[in-house]
Amino acid sequence: MVEFDGNTKKILLAHGSGGKLTHRLIKSFVKKFASLPLAKLDDSAVLGFKGKLALTTDSYVVNPICFPGGDIGKLAINGTINDLAMVGAKPLYLTASAIIEEGFPLLELERIVDSMKKAAQAAGVEIVAGDTKVVEKGGADKIFLTTSGVGSIDSGIDISSKNAQVGDRIILSGTIGDHGIAILSARENLNFRTKVKSDSQPLNGIVSEILKVSKKVHTLRDPTRGGLATTLNEIAEQSKVGIEIEENKIPIKEEVKGVCEMLGLDPLYIANEGKLVAFVPEKDCEKILNVLRKNRYGKDANVIGRVVSQHKGRVVVKTSVGGERVLDMLTGEQLPRIC
Amino acid sequence: MCLAIPARILKIENNLAIVDTAGARREADIRMVKDVKVGEYILIHAGFAIEKVRKKEAEETLRLFREMG
Amino acid sequence: MKLIDEFRDKALAERLLSKIKEFGSLRANIMEVCGTHTVVIFKQGLKGMLPDNINLLSGPGCPVCVTSQEDVDKAIELAKNREVIVTTFGDLVRVPGTNSSLEEEKASGADVRVIYSPRDALRIARENPAKKVVLLAIGFETTSPLIAASVLDARKEKMGNFFIFSTHKLIPPVMEALLESREVKIDGFICPGHVSVTIGSSAYRHIAQRYKVSCVIAGFEPLDVLQSVFMLLKQIKQNRAEVEIEYFRAVKTEGNRIAQELISEVFETADVKWRGLGIIPNSGLRLRKEFSEFDAEKELRLRPRESKENPDCACGEVLRGVKRPTQCKLYGRLCTPEEPYGPCMVSSEGTCAAYYKYS
Repeated sequence: MVEFDGNTKKILLAHGSGGKLTHRLIKSFVKKFASLPLAKLDDSAVLGFKGKLALTTDSYVVNPICFPGGDIGKLAINGTINDLAMVGAKPLYLTASAIIEEGFPLLELERIVDSMKKAAQAAGVEIVAGDTKVVEKGGADKIFLTTSGVGSIDSGIDISSKNAQVGDRIILSGTIGDHGIAILSARENLNFRTKVKSDSQPLNGIVSEILKVSKKVHTLRDPTRGGLATTLNEIAEQSKVGIEIEENKIPIKEEVKGVCEMLGLDPLYIANEGKLVAFVPEKDCEKILNVLRKNRYGKDANVIGRVVSQHKGRVVVKTSVGGERVLDMLTGEQLPRIC
Repeated sequence: MCLAIPARILKIENNLAIVDTAGARREADIRMVKDVKVGEYILIHAGFAIEKVRKKEAEETLRLFREMG
Repeated sequence: MKLIDEFRDKALAERLLSKIKEFGSLRANIMEVCGTHTVVIFKQGLKGMLPDNINLLSGPGCPVCVTSQEDVDKAIELAKNREVIVTTFGDLVRVPGTNSSLEEEKASGADVRVIYSPRDALRIARENPAKKVVLLAIGFETTSPLIAASVLDARKEKMGNFFIFSTHKLIPPVMEALLESREVKIDGFICPGHVSVTIGSSAYRHIAQRYKVSCVIAGFEPLDVLQSVFMLLKQIKQNRAEVEIEYFRAVKTEGNRIAQELISEVFETADVKWRGLGIIPNSGLRLRKEFSEFDAEKELRLRPRESKENPDCACGEVLRGVKRPTQCKLYGRLCTPEEPYGPCMVSSEGTCAAYYKYS
């Protein structure tokens, strides 16, 4: 008996009590995710493993849960896959836990589960363990997801935010600001229309292509909360280097620029969910750029700057008119301003 | 304090216009700008049009920049 | 983006810059009085591009920064009232008052909502008939016509739950106050482009004539600012004190008559207190008696507050162009954007914030 096709339309507290409804709900998840370890319904998944292990976890509380280009499910799966890819790991297994608010429509839950399945399949990763809890109305905002992931790292790969070196070139894999703007546009209070979609996508594919042509990648990071500016600052601090970037080289969609101008936002601080920055030695830069541009997830890739020995820990931007300014980390929340 | 951006008028209905800036669309109250037509550019500040951006004058401004030096 | 990108062209910027450098060692103190100009100058790195003989000063052009501590405290008091929904433009939310801030009140359960347009405030009032919706009406002459229009709309719809708390201020009076005080030698003003869209270039004529100060009304793209600096240097070199319009694609001599009429229908001028500058006569706007039913202060009986500013906070002097942020005791050590002591650090257009973030 599968819950998603059943008679109940909403999540009830009983779905979280451990009894028959819980079992029906779990079986529905298992059927969707089609994973052998998961189907065993043991308390833990027992898995084979080789090499160095990468382990990560993340929670997703995005509001609204559905937005142009995706939903919380797609975001969660891609997010965890990307965290693994950023240390050069091949993502292997994921877990998914859901905390669901009483009254949440099952139809919407099914949609989210379908998104998770699709995202996992697209990236070639299995969801092997999970959990669901139900809380009373008001105890959670519709649905919260937590995902963990394990991946394996081949020997010889040492990718970390601490490894950026003076002389490295900085490659950005595509346009920035898409995700944050898509989320903003789906919030009612700002009242604007745009075609911008979230860029939530798995990056493990392009990372493995990069690693095929170069074993000397120093740093990979995906600029999520706080945007590109915050990520670059973190790397500058952790690697104790200076970073210089050129405003004109940063790929940004016209529509994203338009919304940012309108609301007084800076695209450099807006969240992304399907982009990476790569810090690579100069001699490997061109071939890495080519490999990115050939892939649909990296077609707008561009070299945006380099690592320098001056102003350690700080990021400096060469502006569009040729001036210079320091690019700080995000402070507080970026609120739409007019004055 | 005066964040206002040029936006192109797509549609006019009474005192409201639908405007576009590089694909981003909003509604704007146009009671402060008379005689505007679809296709013209207006300056939008906090949901209101505060003035027309005159295309000829914009081009003239750019020409002045280019004639420098 | 049309009508924006062309005004950010690097090659044209270089040309303008070389024309500016042709003035050699001509010393000039040039002040801008608009927060948006402060941001463009810092964000585009224009200050660093200009030669040392040009001293670019930031004046009291950030409306949040010049709001008095008393007014900030009154806004916070409004938020504490559980009958009230406070609607505000983003910047005011984090400004520290004597004891609290709107952000802190929100975290304690106050209904404080950030809006993009006064139309949003009207919508919130319509959707919440049982609440009193107060719009924190802040800003200069670019924004006050919009607030006036919204008050007129509220009257037309016979809305009984919409109020404004006006802290609107006017630019020409503060320019005069700065010149009168003679604290800083000002050779030229970069005048605010969008305020001037409303008030026109004629509004500055008496200032230029009386105080022999050159004025150029500038747009907000980097090329606009560079061109305006060039025009000011030319005036200064030729000993002219005139009002010129660089931003003539939007600014007219007479300004926007409809906007001016909206302001005068709903508001009258008042003597108001500016942070760092004290009370300047006829420098603010308050609702006319006929519109007093929309006055939040009256409706909610706001009492005058015992407001205190931090004695080490140099916002006042920074706003007058007397001190640079780096000369404030608190700057960078105790006062940072994450933990601001004064509005100049927390507002996105504050001079201290601009210094801290961009240099």
